[in-house]
Amino acid sequence: MNIKWISTTAAAAIAVMASAGAASAEGELNIYNWGDYTNPDLISKFEKEYDVKVTLTDYDSNDTALAKIRAGGHGFDIVVPSANYVPIWVREGLLLEARPDQMENFKNVDERWVDVPWDEGRHYTVPWQWGLSGIGVNTTVYDGDINTSAIFLDPPEELVGKINVEPEMNDVLFATIKYFGGEWCTTDKDVLRKVRDKLVEAKTKWLAMDYSVTDKLPSGEYAAVYYWNGAIMRSREQNPDIKFGYPKEGFPYFMDSVAILKDAKNPENAKLFMNFIMDPENAALISAYAKYANGIKGSQEFMPEAMKNAPELVIPAEYENAGEFLASCEPDVVDFYSRIWTEVQK
Amino acid sequence: MDKVREAAMAARSKDVRNRWFLSAPALLVIFVAAVGPLFVMLLYSFMAKGDYGDVRFGEFSLDGWFSVFFQRDLFDDTFGLADAHIAIIWRSIKLSLSTTILTLTLGFPTAYFIAMRPARNREIWVFLVTIPFWTNLLIRTFAMQQVIRNEGLLNNALIWLGVIDSPIQIMYTDTANLLGMTYVYLPLMVLPLYASIERLDFRLVEAGYDLYATRLQVLRRIIIPIVKPGLIAGSILVFIPSLGAYVTPRVLGGGKNMMLGNLIEMQFGGGRNWPLGAAISITLMALVMIALLIYVRNASRNGGGHA
Repeated sequence: MNIKWISTTAAAAIAVMASAGAASAEGELNIYNWGDYTNPDLISKFEKEYDVKVTLTDYDSNDTALAKIRAGGHGFDIVVPSANYVPIWVREGLLLEARPDQMENFKNVDERWVDVPWDEGRHYTVPWQWGLSGIGVNTTVYDGDINTSAIFLDPPEELVGKINVEPEMNDVLFATIKYFGGEWCTTDKDVLRKVRDKLVEAKTKWLAMDYSVTDKLPSGEYAAVYYWNGAIMRSREQNPDIKFGYPKEGFPYFMDSVAILKDAKNPENAKLFMNFIMDPENAALISAYAKYANGIKGSQEFMPEAMKNAPELVIPAEYENAGEFLASCEPDVVDFYSRIWTEVQK
Repeated sequence: MDKVREAAMAARSKDVRNRWFLSAPALLVIFVAAVGPLFVMLLYSFMAKGDYGDVRFGEFSLDGWFSVFFQRDLFDDTFGLADAHIAIIWRSIKLSLSTTILTLTLGFPTAYFIAMRPARNREIWVFLVTIPFWTNLLIRTFAMQQVIRNEGLLNNALIWLGVIDSPIQIMYTDTANLLGMTYVYLPLMVLPLYASIERLDFRLVEAGYDLYATRLQVLRRIIIPIVKPGLIAGSILVFIPSLGAYVTPRVLGGGKNMMLGNLIEMQFGGGRNWPLGAAISITLMALVMIALLIYVRNASRNGGGHA
């Protein structure tokens, strides 16, 4: 954000103007993706290869994207929902059954990411990136144990008032439920009461619940974050004092997947894009920018050297079992969780 | 006599008809673009919420309105005041009032200064005041962030001067919201104030001094009563948009210090509670209406209040 944000906006505006001049492009593709998540090099490579003009629009949460698409008249072709949201999109009839599993490059998808619970056999979606929520701490401020959710739930004195927590309901609730020994989708009132009380109390010790981590963690404005690993790695590259911690009590994995909207205006170009990003070299471009792993075999060798053994990306064996993919809970559980979250957010 | 009166009546009713006819396009636009959406909003506020946002059409529910001010406890099902909503409404009112007072304190001397310049120079000063409007609100807010953040201009300057050792945390506090809104809305205060100070007859001020009034007396007894319309217009222009401010608290408040605008936005996004969002929006409008009514009441009590 800030200056960098302004200059990227300006650059984007210039890019838009420049590409508007090249009216010869054969078609268009409108991508609706999370902010700061798409490699511009990937886009320009696709534009050159297929002579398609790509327009990229940002959103900041699954719910924002869902609300906007449901409202209609959006003009987007592609959206990138998180794992636990994909079934909602499918159930609501918003996605095109694009059958990426029959596409040429599908053979490159890692077997691990083919039969996923949110899209068995990949009839709708293609892996974009996956990662986890963990702890990032500026070790000049605090040098104790950082492999715990206590960093943001029971913060040490040095970190009070300097913590940023991702404003993502499921990830925050998951870590907190695990912190009290509960299971995801639990309806145990004793655990949930502790979760709510803890979050309401802990929030008074946080500085913000914001997205601008890659800028404010390196600059020292945040001393600790509970955030996604790729963003913390990008912060560490700017400031080597930043260390990454895996919450031993439990941490959530995420995977965002590319899907085509049912009312897409350019479904053929969207399918080309799906196939395009399953190519290992292109998938590596995705990861090189946002610093998250992708789900494509063979993309490793095209990735920057620094990513191959980054502590944020290579999960130590002792913490591997602490991670979990969040299932979609029953509607009444979701309802209860969002009421807890509303109380926390307010 | 009767004929004359009849003719006059006919002319008047024709005049009235013409007026309605001529203003019909404007009325139509107002009706379609303002009343229509408001009506939709009112309707939505009385419906049940859908599972993923939206509402369930035709399903009447008072839940939206109920939860503006009340809440059912998550765990023991007891009813209580929705203290979170009330806290946010109170913060919005408090911050908007503070913004109004701060812009007034800064804006009054500014407007007075401009009005004191020779006539040919005044336009340049007014022009300078309007320059911020050339820049998008979002950019201005990010610029403010650059000033007040920990590594920002203000903190660096204070550290360099040796006033403080470590940065003061301004970002993500109510103070940040206040500073941001004051900066953004200041021109809206200066311009109406200037318009009424400019018309002030300075012979009255001089007469006041001739009669041995102190500076404070001249200000209180002569200047302020005369420029009151501008004062009130400026205050309204600042107070009302402040109540609904969205960008400033979003950027400078860090998602933690919400104001009404953010609370409403949240209901249409992550909160997935459109009826509640609609009900809060209408509550916000009611607040604005109340503020305006108080103004009209006061103005008419003071014999119109218009100079």
